[in-house]
Amino acid sequence: MKQVFSRPLNLKDVQTHFCPGCQHGAIHRLVAEALHDLGIRDRTIGIASVGCSVFLYSYFDIDVVESPHGRAPAVATGAKRARPDRIVFTYQGDGDLAAIGTSEIIHAANRGEDITVIFVNNTTYGMTGGQMAPTTMPGQKTSTSPAGRDIKNDGAPFKMAELLSNLGGVAYSARVAVNSPKNVLQAKKMINTAFRYQVEGRGFSFIEALSICPTNWGMKPLQANQRLTEEMIPYFPLGVYKNTANL
Amino acid sequence: MPHITIDQERCKGCGLCTIACPKKLVSMSESPNSLGFYVAVFSGPEQCTGCAMCAEMCPDVAIAVFKERTP
Amino acid sequence: MSEKLFVKGNEAVAMAALEAGVRCYFGYPITPQSDIPEYLSHALPKAGGTFIQVESEIGAINMVLGASAAGVRAMTSSSGPGISLKQEGISYMAGSELPGVIVDIMRQGPGLGGIDASQADYWQATRGGGHGGYRIIVLAPASVQEMYDLTMLAFDLSDIYRMPAMVLADSVIGQMKESIVANPRPMVELPAKEWAVRGRQEGQAQNVVKSLKLGDGEMEAFHWSMHARYKELAEKESRWEELYTEDAELIVTAFGSTARISRTAVAMAREAGLKVGLLRPITLFPFPAHVYLALSQRCKLFLDIELSTGQMIDDVRLSVARDADVAFYGRPPGAGSLPTPEEIFQQIRKVYP
Repeated sequence: MKQVFSRPLNLKDVQTHFCPGCQHGAIHRLVAEALHDLGIRDRTIGIASVGCSVFLYSYFDIDVVESPHGRAPAVATGAKRARPDRIVFTYQGDGDLAAIGTSEIIHAANRGEDITVIFVNNTTYGMTGGQMAPTTMPGQKTSTSPAGRDIKNDGAPFKMAELLSNLGGVAYSARVAVNSPKNVLQAKKMINTAFRYQVEGRGFSFIEALSICPTNWGMKPLQANQRLTEEMIPYFPLGVYKNTANL
Repeated sequence: MPHITIDQERCKGCGLCTIACPKKLVSMSESPNSLGFYVAVFSGPEQCTGCAMCAEMCPDVAIAVFKERTP
Repeated sequence: MSEKLFVKGNEAVAMAALEAGVRCYFGYPITPQSDIPEYLSHALPKAGGTFIQVESEIGAINMVLGASAAGVRAMTSSSGPGISLKQEGISYMAGSELPGVIVDIMRQGPGLGGIDASQADYWQATRGGGHGGYRIIVLAPASVQEMYDLTMLAFDLSDIYRMPAMVLADSVIGQMKESIVANPRPMVELPAKEWAVRGRQEGQAQNVVKSLKLGDGEMEAFHWSMHARYKELAEKESRWEELYTEDAELIVTAFGSTARISRTAVAMAREAGLKVGLLRPITLFPFPAHVYLALSQRCKLFLDIELSTGQMIDDVRLSVARDADVAFYGRPPGAGSLPTPEEIFQQIRKVYP
C-alpha cells in the first residue's frame, strides 16, 4: 500500500483554530504543497497579516514576519528587497488587503515587486465577528450592514483580481476557489503557477482565493459552500486574468 | 485495496468531504469525538478508488489516502 | 581616512547612514527633510543598496520593518505628520524587538502646521509615540557633525539593544551647513542577528518575528524585560554635554537648536560675570536624569529653554533634586519664533539668583 495523499511537510501537524468548514485550511495546504513541489520551502519567508490568518506561523513550518494590518505587501517589499534570493509571500484577508491595505497592495503590485500575494476573499471580516468587508456582496447582511449591503451607501464590492490585473507591474493575477474537487485541483495548479512566477523572477503574482465563512454567514459548512458556488462565483468569476509569461 | 483514513482528532465535522466523494463513501458519525465534533466516517472500503477527492476538499488535512502500488 | 566636508545637516545624516552600512532606505518627501531621500536616491543604489520613494510614510515604516526582520540595516526619515503616520509601524517594531533607524526633522505642528523649526515633538519622540507602552532610543544632534556621528550611533545602539532608534533634529539643524569630519564607521562589537527571518533550513528552528503575545504571562514578562533593557540603556548609554557647570549658580538646559543658541547666551552671561552653566542632553531617551540629580545637589536653579511651550521640562523637573527650581523660557514653534542669544541672556538675567 502506498500513501498517495498526505500532509505536506511544511504544514505543521497541529489542530487549527479555524472554524469547521473554513477553507483557510485548504488554501494553507495548497500553498504548502506549492512550496514543497517547487522545492522552495527552505528559502521561503511568509508575511502574516491580521485576521483569521494571523497565526500563519503556527501552521506553516517556515520563517514568518508578522505585519501590521494591511501593511503586508510593504513588509514583503522590505524583506524581498533585503533578501532578493528568498521567496516571499503574503497571506491576507478581505479587510487586510482590500480595506486598510489598499495603498500597500496597489503600490507593491504597481512596482512589480517579486513577491506572491495570497488573498482570501470570504465576503466578510471573520476574526472580528462578521462585519461588512469591501468584498461583501450587494444585499448581503453583516453585523455592520444589517439591512444588507447598499451600493448607494457603501459602494460595490471590489474585484481585486481584475483590478490588479490592470497594473503594469502585475505579471500574474488569478481567482480560484476550493468549493469542489475540480476547483481545488485548478486552484492547486494556479497557486503553483503564482509561486513559479516568483521562482523564475518574472514579477508580481496574485491569487484571490474565494472561501466560505460558515460562522459569520450563519450557515452550516455545506450550506455555505453552496452559497459560494451559486452566489459568489457568478459575481467573482474564477480564472486567470493576467499571465504575462503564459505559464 | 484503496482506502482512506480519517483522523478523528483533526476532523471538525464540516462535511465538505461528503460532497467530494464521487461514490458517496463518506458520511457523518452519530457520535461526537473528544472535542464534540460529529466527525466524518469512511463507509466503503470495497468501492474506494483512491481518487483522494475527499482529502483534497478537507480543510483540516484530516484524510490520508492509500492505494496499491502500480506495478 | 576622515574627509573634511562642508555639508547640510540632512546630507550629513544620509552620508553617515551610508557609512554605517545601511542597505535599505524607504521614505517619502516632506519638508524639511527631503534632502535625505534625495541624497540617498543617487548614493544608495551606487553603494549596492535599495532606495525606494514609497507611496506613504506608512508604507515606508512597514518596509523598514520587513527589511529589518530579514536582518539588514534599514532606515526611514520624515517630519511630524509623517512620524504620526509611522507610529503604528514603530510600535510593531518595538513589540517585535526590531532594530531600525527613524530620522525625524521636526517642523511645526499640530496638523499641517508649517515648515519652520520646532521642538514640540519631544513628547511624540520620547513617550513611545505609538500604542502599547514602549520607548525608543532618541538621539538629539545640535550640530551637523552630530547629525553625522549620532546617525551612525543610532544604527549601532539599535542593533545592540534590538529596538528602534530615532535621530531627532529640526529644520534649523537639518538645513544648516557646517564643516564636518566624515569619520569612518566606529569598530563596535555587534550581536549576530540570529533571530532574523532567513528561510528556515532543514534542522533549523523556525524564526518568527512578531509582537502578538497571547500566552499566559507572556506579555507581562516581555514588558518587564523591556523595562530592564531601558534601565540598562540609562546606565550605559546616556550621553550629554556640560559647559561651565562646576561652579554654576544657574544651569541653562536645552537640546538641539535651542542648545546652540543657549551656548552663546551662556557665554554672554559669563562675560557679564554671572556664574551660568549649560547642560545639554544628547540622549533624550535614555534621559541623563542622574546628571541633573547630581548637579542639582549643589546648583538649585535650572532654566529650561525650548522651542515649544515646554515638554522636556517635565523630564528636567522629574530628574532634579526636590529642592531645585526649574524656570522656563520657550517660544512655540513658528515663523519668526526662533529666540536670539540676547533674548535668552535677558531671561538668564531675569531668573539669576
